[in-house]
Amino acid sequence: MTPGLIYALAGVALFVLGLAGVVVLNQALRRILAFNLMGSGAFLTLVGLAQRDGGVDPVPQAMVLTGIVVAVAATALALALARRLAQGGHGDG
Amino acid sequence: MGMAEAFLDPLPWLIVLPLAWAALAFLGGPGRGGHLAVTGLVVQLALALALAGQVLENGARTHAVGGWGAPLGIDLLADGLAVAMLLLAQVVALPLAVYARAYFSEVAQTAFWPLAGFLIAALNALFLSADLFNLYVTLELLSLAAVGLVALGGKPMQVAAALRYLLVSLTASAAYLMGVALIYGTYGTVSIATLAPLIGADPPLAAWLAAGLMLTGLLAKTALFPFHFWLPPAHGGAAAPVSALLSALVVKASFYLVLRLALDVFPALAAHAAPILGVLGAAAILWGSWQALRTPHIKMLVAWSTVAQLGYLFLVFPLLAPDGLALQAGVMQAIAHGLAKAAMFAAAGVLMLATGRDTLAGLAGVAGRVPVTLFAFGLAGVTLMGLPPSGGFLAKWLLIEAALSHGQWPWVVVVIGGGLLAAAYVFKVLRQAFLLAPEDSHFHPVPRSMEWAAFVLAAASVVLGLRGVELMALLAKGAA
Amino acid sequence: MNTAVRLGVILSALALGAALASAILDLPMPGRELPGAVVANLADSGVAHPVTAVLLNFRGYDTLLEVAVLLLALLGIWAASPGQGGAVASAVYPAGPVLQTLARLAVPLMILTAGYLLWAGAHRPGGAFQAGAVLAAAAVLLHLAGLLPAWASPGFLLRLGLVGGLLAFLAVAAAVLGQGALLRYPADHAGALILLIEAGLTISLGLILAGLFLVLAHRGGRP
Repeated sequence: MTPGLIYALAGVALFVLGLAGVVVLNQALRRILAFNLMGSGAFLTLVGLAQRDGGVDPVPQAMVLTGIVVAVAATALALALARRLAQGGHGDG
Repeated sequence: MGMAEAFLDPLPWLIVLPLAWAALAFLGGPGRGGHLAVTGLVVQLALALALAGQVLENGARTHAVGGWGAPLGIDLLADGLAVAMLLLAQVVALPLAVYARAYFSEVAQTAFWPLAGFLIAALNALFLSADLFNLYVTLELLSLAAVGLVALGGKPMQVAAALRYLLVSLTASAAYLMGVALIYGTYGTVSIATLAPLIGADPPLAAWLAAGLMLTGLLAKTALFPFHFWLPPAHGGAAAPVSALLSALVVKASFYLVLRLALDVFPALAAHAAPILGVLGAAAILWGSWQALRTPHIKMLVAWSTVAQLGYLFLVFPLLAPDGLALQAGVMQAIAHGLAKAAMFAAAGVLMLATGRDTLAGLAGVAGRVPVTLFAFGLAGVTLMGLPPSGGFLAKWLLIEAALSHGQWPWVVVVIGGGLLAAAYVFKVLRQAFLLAPEDSHFHPVPRSMEWAAFVLAAASVVLGLRGVELMALLAKGAA
Repeated sequence: MNTAVRLGVILSALALGAALASAILDLPMPGRELPGAVVANLADSGVAHPVTAVLLNFRGYDTLLEVAVLLLALLGIWAASPGQGGAVASAVYPAGPVLQTLARLAVPLMILTAGYLLWAGAHRPGGAFQAGAVLAAAAVLLHLAGLLPAWASPGFLLRLGLVGGLLAFLAVAAAVLGQGALLRYPADHAGALILLIEAGLTISLGLILAGLFLVLAHRGGRP
């Protein structure tokens, strides 16, 4: 059981945890957090699985860097929308 | 390739140009960018036609971004299918841009043009990409642009619909990404061209799961029953030009990816999923049409119609066979529906501006005021119903032919039944519009360009049926 | 959503996890084709660090689209804000003197760090995104210390800064089309072009990431 495999399995665990969370949870903020778990899980698996023989592979590392930025952008938009919804009931301000 | 030739190559400009004008539209400030968009789209249409000509003459071509070539670099692939979708995107976007300019002179907006520009750029990049991870990035670009457009204006219902759409979309993308992770871990590459020969007839469990995750994510993005719940609020609640772009183009992008994966990457695995896809498609047709008949709101009716018509696209999968009939049917349906649905939403927008309300009941008497629009709505309905000589008829005809040649006649019943249901909800709208106007009704004048934009799109969907031969040639010649 | 459905979802998720885990454990060791190709072409890529080479040269097209994604998120946040209604005062946090002094000391160092990260990306982990993130953090710190107001509607200069990185990247991508392909840097100028692109990206990304926070801070007011 190499470190890469452990990361990959941890990634799988995070992924399914997040998936269950997005479907089952009610509040927007918690679902956004669950989505982030899914994303992090996928990134871990991508890097861990590719490097499961102990070597270093720069391609998935670069992909994950791209993926993190994309996830940040998506999370920001989701949070802004959730906030706008929460505010909408109290008027602007 | 000589320097000048490489510089004038339409393929990369189809991606660079919309990104550039979207960025410049943002630079111009809130609300600006309409002129830029229309000019850019005209050029893009010319580029897409040029590319189609190239593919018709010389077959499919690959463009290695950065000069490295897959699997180290990212490859762009322009084959018949990709070029057909590119043409759909540019042909729908141009009249919608003209329509939107008039629409947003009546209704204020702050960021439509940059968002629309990035949406078109995402579509073009998606249709051309041949790299699984690059497709993930284009999918995210597409989703964020679409969500931004749905939320435009900030009204609570739209923001709620946008947030739901975003969460579904992001979950789907994360599932897709996990699939990519498994693929890279198993095969060491994410390039479609390199992967196809590696995934043989008996791939390991990891490849099966990857295929399942990626396909499920894409199905959710295409709003296939039972993942359709996010679509009616998002498409029905957004501004009319936004709804048109979303229903006509955005959902077709994820369908295109399902097709691409099923044909080029996981053919054996897709064959297993095909019957389920067919059944879900049939369910979508029935449920979507039923809900369209029940709703009293114009745009919700059109949105539910989208759910129903998307079901036809998935009837293609159980019938995919070497003779290629079902594939032609699927592409023809995607294009015909794209044109017709854009026309329908454009017409619905005009009707809502004219009557000031969004209910079917409020439509009484509008026929005399906006006849062009109503004619456009009717023409679009012709395609949805599948009446000759429209593109919709050709698509359904090919689908029925494919079903009969496979001996699977239940699909024929579904196709015909769907057409009848579509007729029911289209006539419901038309009947309302031709009623006599009540005494106290007041109609606002609507810019002519909006009506004619809707008409052009609807006419195109009908004329498509007459020119189906060219489309088939494109698909056949440009097969990768 | 009642308990039975919830339970069903959780059990299905667990089953999926088990399937994924067993699929992963069954995989044979990978053949190292792609890492070998990266190392082989590293000399032609213009930078010395393999990850930066992949990010900005071999798969630079992904990076181009990713910058557009970030900008798009900011656009979406602006689009979702209600119209010009109401005079929404920008939130000003009256921070204590300790935080203000800390901010005044830390921010110049952060800017310096960002510059170093940008330059270092060619030889070791670093680059435009990391540098941009540090710049954004500096902006957020300044805002929390009450030294930088939140953003209302962006002026022309700010818009130029936000969009400049993407436009510069696009300009380079198109300009090198003459080499035969999109983003195909000529081998002897690759390093300089990459540094140019990264510099533009650092500023834009810093502004965009800062904007993701500061635009929301404008609309929010005190909780």
